[in-house]
Amino acid sequence: MAVMRVRNLSKSFTLHEQGGVVLSVLNNVSLDIMAGECVVLRGASGCGKSTLLRSMYANYKPQSGSIEVCHQGLWVDILSAAPRIVLEVRRRTLGYVSQFLRVIPRVSSLDVVAEPLRNIGIDAPSARARAAAMLQRLNVPERLWSLAPATFSGGEQQRVNIARGFISQSPILLLDEPTASLDTENRAAVIALIGEAMARGTAIVGIFHDEDVRRCLGTRQFDVAQARLT
Amino acid sequence: MIELEPPLLTIQSLSKLYGRNVACSNVSFDLWAGEVICIVGESGSGKTTLLNCMNGTLTPSSGRMLYRTRHTGMVDVATMGDAHKRLLMRTDWGIVHQNPRDGLRMGVSAGANVGERLMAVGARHYGDIRSQAMDWLNRVEIEVDRIDDLPGVFSGGMQQRLQIARNLVTKPRLVFMDEPTGGLDVSVQARLLDLLRALVQELQLAAIIVTHDLAVARVLADRLFVMKGGDIVDNGLTYQVLDDPQHPYTQLLVSSILQV
Repeated sequence: MAVMRVRNLSKSFTLHEQGGVVLSVLNNVSLDIMAGECVVLRGASGCGKSTLLRSMYANYKPQSGSIEVCHQGLWVDILSAAPRIVLEVRRRTLGYVSQFLRVIPRVSSLDVVAEPLRNIGIDAPSARARAAAMLQRLNVPERLWSLAPATFSGGEQQRVNIARGFISQSPILLLDEPTASLDTENRAAVIALIGEAMARGTAIVGIFHDEDVRRCLGTRQFDVAQARLT
Repeated sequence: MIELEPPLLTIQSLSKLYGRNVACSNVSFDLWAGEVICIVGESGSGKTTLLNCMNGTLTPSSGRMLYRTRHTGMVDVATMGDAHKRLLMRTDWGIVHQNPRDGLRMGVSAGANVGERLMAVGARHYGDIRSQAMDWLNRVEIEVDRIDDLPGVFSGGMQQRLQIARNLVTKPRLVFMDEPTGGLDVSVQARLLDLLRALVQELQLAAIIVTHDLAVARVLADRLFVMKGGDIVDNGLTYQVLDDPQHPYTQLLVSSILQV
């Protein structure tokens, strides 16, 4: 069952600051995402993997095409929907784990992770309890939970980021190199987490540079460079 | 998708002219309950004029502004009686000025600054007013034993937090803020931003915030408007506008941020 449909997506960047150079990155890309599969975006650096992923989160503004998300039984084109509808789709249906955690001053790791649950109306004690369990699974030491992640190591920040991305169990998850700064043990914990999500029916679209991760999880590869040409 | 409720605020073709100079031209947008919009732009771009036209400080040259009141539905603010409008501004709206001295009464105590807004909506019981004032001082992280101090003896950051408490005590649905973190130290700014972020979420406030600081917009705003020469030249989800800026001016603004 398709949960996301990308249709004829084209995206270029006009660099007004640099003499109006136009970079054409995606040209007429179409892609369907099914529940429970893990689509690995492939292609050389600079071919548009991140551009496609960010467009699929409506964080970039493509020139043409549509990106429909199955949100609570209704198809919503997140490229043309009103901002608050896009936010609602993100809260309940479409999650995103960026490469780096964007730290907010003074907010504890536990609250950073619990926030997506609070945003869908779950009370603070339950949200915090689930956040604690998630941080535990990702081997983030308990003494760090009450601290803001600004001073954490890259790997610790990334695990807080992953915990935040996975906690609300969104039906669709977009992952931008979630395992990039992790050691073997923590990478295994993340692979297990992604595997469980897929078993629940979560659709995953991701950029993974790690061959092991691709082999463990990828049910399908999508070559972004190839898609540009066709 | 089905729209269950109308917007809280609708701005239609709002313009403000100073003589022949256009301060803001033909601005239209809808704001929904609980939504936060930041307006950024350089000095003279018209962002403060737009804010002041919306919050009743200035009268727009043309255009309409409709507000969904608690009891009578969508009302054209221009046709509202003065008494009704004053009540709205004292209860349902909050205005946070850049300089807290413009929004506080400097001659009365911190507690009275908060309590005054409650009395304006009919609170009379001294004990209740004082306990609510204490609760709000606590929420904006001002030591409760400072309740009887005059705001003049507070630091700039404390004055700003007091102004926020004064505005939020009546549980407004819409708050207008002009550079709320302007003129504060960076460490004080971070504290205020975190506080504002938590309060906006907890109280489901709608807010329109003018700032020149893109980092403030990133932390607080759902949507971002970029103004230049009186026009909104870019608008959309905050992260989209900042990560994929469309207009040349927005690209200039984003590329001008210094990386620490």
